[in-house]
Amino acid sequence: MDARRMSRAVPRVRQVGFFTPNTPAKQPQPQSAAPSSESPPLSDSPASNSLSPVMIPPPRHLSDNLGGRTAAVPVPGRENSGELPTVGSYNPSESVLWLDSPPRSRIGDEELSEGAESSLGWYRRSDSAKFASSLPSGGFNLSTAKHPESVAAVEAKNPLPEQSEAQKEQASSSKPLKAKTTKAERRALQESQRAAKAASRAEANKSGTPGGAPSSKPMKQPPQKKDGPPVASSIAASERIGVDRSVEKERKKDLPPPRKQFDDESRGGRAKRRSVLNQPEARNRVELFRHLPPHKNGTQLPYLGSKFFELHEKHPAVYKVGLQYLAGDLSGGNARCIAMLQAFQEAIRDYSTPPEKTLTRDLTSKIGGFVSFLIECRPLSMSMGNAIRFLKSRIARLPLTLSESEAKTTLCSDIDRFINEKIVLADKVILRHAATKIRDGDVLLTYGSSCVVEMILLYAHELGKQFRVVVVDSHPMLEGQKLLRRLVVKGLSCTYTQLNAISYVMHKVTRVFLGASSIFSNGTVYSTVGTASVAMVAHAFRVPVLVCCEAYKFHERVQLDSICFNELGDPDAISKVPGRVDVNYLDNLTDKQKENLELLNLKYDATPSDYISVIVTDYGMIPPTSVPVIVRGYRKEYLLI
Amino acid sequence: MWWRSASFILDRQQHQNRTVAPSPESFLLSSPPPMADSPLNPKSNISAYYQTRAAHHAVVTSDWLAQAQAAVGRHSDDDGSLGDDKGAAPIGGGGGGGEEEGSGKAFSVIDEFNSWRKQPALAEAVAAIRALAAVIRTSEATTMMELEIELKKASDSLKSWDTTSISLTAGCDLFMLYVTRTSALEYEDFNSAKSRLIERAEKFGEISCKARRIIAMLSQDFIFDGCTILVHGFSRVVLEVLKTAAENKKHFRVLCTGRPDRTGLRFSNELAKLDVPVKLLIDSAVAYTMDEVDVVLFGADGVVESGGIINMMGTFQIALVAHSMNKPVYVAAESYKFARHYPLDQKDMSPARRPIDFGVPIPSKVEVETSARDYTPPQYLTLLFTDLGVLTPSVISDELIQLYL
Repeated sequence: MDARRMSRAVPRVRQVGFFTPNTPAKQPQPQSAAPSSESPPLSDSPASNSLSPVMIPPPRHLSDNLGGRTAAVPVPGRENSGELPTVGSYNPSESVLWLDSPPRSRIGDEELSEGAESSLGWYRRSDSAKFASSLPSGGFNLSTAKHPESVAAVEAKNPLPEQSEAQKEQASSSKPLKAKTTKAERRALQESQRAAKAASRAEANKSGTPGGAPSSKPMKQPPQKKDGPPVASSIAASERIGVDRSVEKERKKDLPPPRKQFDDESRGGRAKRRSVLNQPEARNRVELFRHLPPHKNGTQLPYLGSKFFELHEKHPAVYKVGLQYLAGDLSGGNARCIAMLQAFQEAIRDYSTPPEKTLTRDLTSKIGGFVSFLIECRPLSMSMGNAIRFLKSRIARLPLTLSESEAKTTLCSDIDRFINEKIVLADKVILRHAATKIRDGDVLLTYGSSCVVEMILLYAHELGKQFRVVVVDSHPMLEGQKLLRRLVVKGLSCTYTQLNAISYVMHKVTRVFLGASSIFSNGTVYSTVGTASVAMVAHAFRVPVLVCCEAYKFHERVQLDSICFNELGDPDAISKVPGRVDVNYLDNLTDKQKENLELLNLKYDATPSDYISVIVTDYGMIPPTSVPVIVRGYRKEYLLI
Repeated sequence: MWWRSASFILDRQQHQNRTVAPSPESFLLSSPPPMADSPLNPKSNISAYYQTRAAHHAVVTSDWLAQAQAAVGRHSDDDGSLGDDKGAAPIGGGGGGGEEEGSGKAFSVIDEFNSWRKQPALAEAVAAIRALAAVIRTSEATTMMELEIELKKASDSLKSWDTTSISLTAGCDLFMLYVTRTSALEYEDFNSAKSRLIERAEKFGEISCKARRIIAMLSQDFIFDGCTILVHGFSRVVLEVLKTAAENKKHFRVLCTGRPDRTGLRFSNELAKLDVPVKLLIDSAVAYTMDEVDVVLFGADGVVESGGIINMMGTFQIALVAHSMNKPVYVAAESYKFARHYPLDQKDMSPARRPIDFGVPIPSKVEVETSARDYTPPQYLTLLFTDLGVLTPSVISDELIQLYL
């Protein structure tokens, strides 16, 4: 009985275990836990990671950054405390969060400040841990078990029961990985159920068993409680937990799925196993950006192509789009989004519900599979995320009475409608608005190649407005050249320059038009790297900056910098001179020298709203401060239609 | 609760506060308008625009006239309400209208508008809405759709007749919004819908006065004993605010500016009548006196989507000076002045010209800047007092989005 109970207790502790110092304090182990809970190990040292039963091992550099960035939580121990409650309070089931996101989800970052009550909660917990550890433990106390126990605690970090596997993975190098969110959700569900079961069992045991068990109970309870949003003290919450969880699950649906951290080693291994593509070795990567998925370049194309017949479940249309992403043939938020939606449409047309399954559920998971495949080819853009959310909500809201073919037609027409209304028509509206801001004699500056801006320029040209265009470009993409070509062909008078010369040309410019990949609800514009500097220079020269962006790209996240969320490009691209194979100054470096070299090719950056004069969107021209209004209205609209 | 724009005031009650109306003679005395065929609207710069536009752009007149005629293709005599002044706008000339029946006097929205506009206490937007109400009254449309189209034409012609007036545009938009929204909502029979619209338009005048009262009440918290207030130009809302403050026995001092059209002079006149200590400044003395100022208070011709305001020339520079000296800048404006414009810079508005009298002949080679208004970006404003409440500039666009989308 005891043995059995222990084995049950393990998974339950595991899922919350990394939070609290007292987890290992389950029956057998209070004393060994005691020292570590009192002196939190340095989270920076890998050794402590593996040994301490108490701490989560936060990835090394991550904690480094954090230490630097959040001055408020300097103590390593507190760092954890900061993140735990955050996680707990933000996301309903922390196991999910842990599963697909790193100790500190970026969302959590901003939430950190509100962690007051939660950190308090942590202290309470840690107190209880101390209390627990100071308790003489019951019959299970094997002091010799210290080492094995701590190992178990480490395992506890892995959300899943497959400990040995997880452990192996931990050892493996940090590998990028894409988990399907849907899978994550399913897993979360499982785990919450398991946890509930474990809890109720524990409850039963408590009443049933005398001796060591009762004393252990109070220690175990607190971590459990953490799932509930309020960090309440106490005892009998275990029955409530099930309820809490379901509520939380509901709520979780509304939240954006947490993002993955790619430097999280325990995740890396599994991801690698699962991924279709070969993951490039993560060498020479900049520490600060390790958490981002490494770039996968087109050289894997043949490999992936050869695997076509192994990947049965991927629809050819989706496969094609994925390959295009990978090869870089499709770029630009709108183009990628439309291609993806059309591929899904095709897949839906060819879809037939397998026997014994319902369309709603099976199709959702199917789409989830497609999405994770696409993510592997290239990380999703914010706009695609929104589109996917739209599609999934449409699927989820399909009336059960519809026949399969009806449902499919409905979905296809929904997708068409989305493309039409949110992208095509939105662009037209944006054109009309933006064109009113172009006067004769203007000098317009644009950066990179944004399809909306291009349309605006051509439209204004068609209207007969007399203006010049300055196309600013930058290595390594040189997208501006393509734009330049298309504009010149249409007869616009253009100037082409590199980003380096921006401050020189800016004083002649009267308007700056920029595209955006996404706009966050604090007004931050997330766009091609270099956009921020253009906007800042323009602001310094008091030139109005117009950001043109369809409203479906707005995102309710708040982001303050471009570090925590970004996309890495091919690091080799910036070290080479296009077209000149002979010029490569970095070629002859020895391996030893190369160790000191880190190449960073970021794809996006975040422009603070201060530098933006106006956002031109399909709802008209709005100041950056009004983005939340649109986001709110918009979400309601497309989720509830 | 103050929620949607003017309607809540309407819903609240009908009693109207006519304390506001400044006596007409003070206007007449202060600035003889250049083209003078009418006593000025107290917001003198606006009416100045009209005069000058009519004089300078004769083309526009025929243009709008054609439109106006088209808009009210068939119509009998407008029910004679205030049609006494024919001189205001050249209605006789544009005889393009189809069947002119009855008295032969063509109804024109613009005439109607002009006649309303002459009432000193009546805001521009109200005049516009009354004019549109007259369109409804004279309309022979038999369906809601027809009526809507007719109204749309009329409001377009009004708007194009004077593109410089923001509150005119905003008033038209607001009323059109009301028409489309309400009629979409209720399926009552056509005549009752029509009378409802007319009633609504009639009430709008009260609403505007009411809005001013609300603003005056709201802003009392910001005027404290012993403060010095700098005002610019003549604004009825600001006057109402200060009047209320004086009635509440607050002790404050007012500095008035606003030179080329003597609006400052007129404003100081009004205040002197209330026994408020007042000092007249020339516009160039603003920076000099700014350190003794506690509060800067503006009216607005229009509040734009960025949260900035468009107001009489000189507002921007006062706001700049105040901002650099960390003085709060408040704007009092009714919500019907909120307009869906988004100027990016000073020149990004349709030009509103106004002749400036320098007292001496200007050599022909010398150019004169005649623009009548400027745009103050939101970062230089502290708060806006509106009938929706006391708002920060960024809320303006939220309100506008919710209003118009």
